[in-house]
Amino acid sequence: MPEFEWQFTLVLLTNGVMIGLMYALIALGFVLIYKATDAINFAQGEFVMFAGFIAAGAADLAGAPFWVSALLSVSGMVLLGFGLERVVLRPLIGRPVIAVVMATIGLAAVLRGTATLAFGAGTRAIVMPISDEPIQLGPVMLPPVQLIGAVVSIAFLAAFSWFFLKSRIGIAMRAVADSQQVAMAMGIDVRRYFALAWAMAGAVSALGGVVWGTMLGVDNQLALVGLKVFPVVILGGLDSIVGAVVGGLIVGIVENLAAGYLDPYVGGGTKDFAPYILMIVALMIRPEGIFGRRRIERV
Amino acid sequence: MFHRESGVFKTSYAADMALYPLPIAKWAVAAFAGLFIVVVPLTLGEYYVSILDLILIAVVGALGLNILVGYTGQISIGHGAFMSVGAYTAANLVTRLDAPFWVAIPAGGLMAALIGAVVGIPSLRIKGIYLAIATLAAQLIIEWTINHVPAISGGVQASIQVPRPSFFGIQLKTQTQLYMFLMAFAVLAIVGTSNLVRSRIGRAFVAVRDQDIAAEIIGISTFRYKLLAFAISSFYAGVTGVLYTYYLGIANYEQFQITVSIDYLAMIIIGGLGSILGSIFGAAFVTLLPIVTRWFLESFGGLIFSPADLANIIPNLRLILFGGLIIFFLVVEPEGLNRLWRNIRNYFRVWPFSY
Repeated sequence: MPEFEWQFTLVLLTNGVMIGLMYALIALGFVLIYKATDAINFAQGEFVMFAGFIAAGAADLAGAPFWVSALLSVSGMVLLGFGLERVVLRPLIGRPVIAVVMATIGLAAVLRGTATLAFGAGTRAIVMPISDEPIQLGPVMLPPVQLIGAVVSIAFLAAFSWFFLKSRIGIAMRAVADSQQVAMAMGIDVRRYFALAWAMAGAVSALGGVVWGTMLGVDNQLALVGLKVFPVVILGGLDSIVGAVVGGLIVGIVENLAAGYLDPYVGGGTKDFAPYILMIVALMIRPEGIFGRRRIERV
Repeated sequence: MFHRESGVFKTSYAADMALYPLPIAKWAVAAFAGLFIVVVPLTLGEYYVSILDLILIAVVGALGLNILVGYTGQISIGHGAFMSVGAYTAANLVTRLDAPFWVAIPAGGLMAALIGAVVGIPSLRIKGIYLAIATLAAQLIIEWTINHVPAISGGVQASIQVPRPSFFGIQLKTQTQLYMFLMAFAVLAIVGTSNLVRSRIGRAFVAVRDQDIAAEIIGISTFRYKLLAFAISSFYAGVTGVLYTYYLGIANYEQFQITVSIDYLAMIIIGGLGSILGSIFGAAFVTLLPIVTRWFLESFGGLIFSPADLANIIPNLRLILFGGLIIFFLVVEPEGLNRLWRNIRNYFRVWPFSY
């Protein structure tokens, strides 16, 4: 048993919070789509990877500066979101859950194949115009990238919370999610808001891709962060933005603590494993998550 | 299969449910059996028979998954892991206790059924996407456990060598011998599934799929049948895992990762959900897709691309085709290849007097 050291624990906790906020950023794209369209996106990780590839590709191949490539990535992903909704998701409205699940799994395969085909299998780097020097806070070292990721996450979460609570478009989206038929009867163009939701998810994924790509480098392994989305959203609640943050923080902290304290005993890998155990427990006790809305089923 | 139906007047329920609606159907099936059991293994070379072996293995797994997804309407993204449970159970039995195949295969299936039923327990409370995510978690957790517990995985690189099965002291050596062996299990799976889905249990599965609350109200124990579907389906998966282990000669967790779960889901989507013939079509289609893509590009791709490019193009094109076809079938033909086959058959049923 490694002795309980508060410094070590503090480092693990801070890292957990930082990583957790970055998970929240990715989970946000997922929650957006679920909240507005009732569809779940198994290709969220591939969205992030694809966005990272666009940014890294623009910088590497055309020598674009960071801000231009980030902007390119965002606009590319918005277009992709629009396009995918039109071609793939719209025909599947009203079909069984398995159809949407499988369609997004198919989408994941296509995106992964296309990205590697277009940009090559090697790892590319995204270079942010900031220093690499970690910021020292007592015993804790914070890489600036993670700090930026955390700030972006918090900013977006605040913006989207406001958006869904107060703005006209956001309220319309919630109405669409609640009941498509009633929304239609109230004069809301359901299809437009579906497209908009996918486009917004694309934009969020693009930011996630740039931040994660800067930290890990861009190759097709980047899509694996998508696997972390599920514990995050199940814990927080599939349709809750606050839930995405809280779920992200829980997963980030749990996996860091598990990696710090359990890895020496079981030979590694607990980082990817612990969040899923937690998720199973959550599914057994409270499937709708901490902040999710319980749905009543009618025949 | 192939038959014209003039002069058929079914007068009883049993006649309508019969596996062979007409005597000629029996002959058609017998002809097919003759073709695949006698003619094919005698005429094709080892390489082609080895591909057919893969298809036969996939048929068993696809049928099992279709019982769960197509007939009962529950989603599982964990079937690759259930296969690995079967594979490692059999591998341990064979290497430690020298178990013959007729012990190893059912044992692998039963172990997988047990684990599958445990994973299915949450299906009482959760459904749809929640179940999909729960089975995904099961896939990752089972994979991790097998990889990290040396007692199961045999230590180094988590792989166990398994000798080919033997009959009365004679070991199956050639692909053709293995083909006959696998064919027996594929036929068992096909016949078993056809009979299961028209039994009381199969009807209950369909009722649960169509509206589980309504099914509960008319007296079907939803929980029991959901668990049963998980267990039966995982049994098939476990058997598939053992067969694949015999085919490869090695049990390795890398052969049963999440991509395998997705491959099998793709088989039943492309073949047709809730269809036995569809499962067979889908298994053949998804197994052949990468082989044909590779063959095609290696034969003709060299005209346009350099060998280095090809090495990059082949796996990625396979992914794109694979995902693209899943989406294509979901959007354009949700009932899959089975529906296409029915369309063709219906066209010829009254041909050439279609009016």
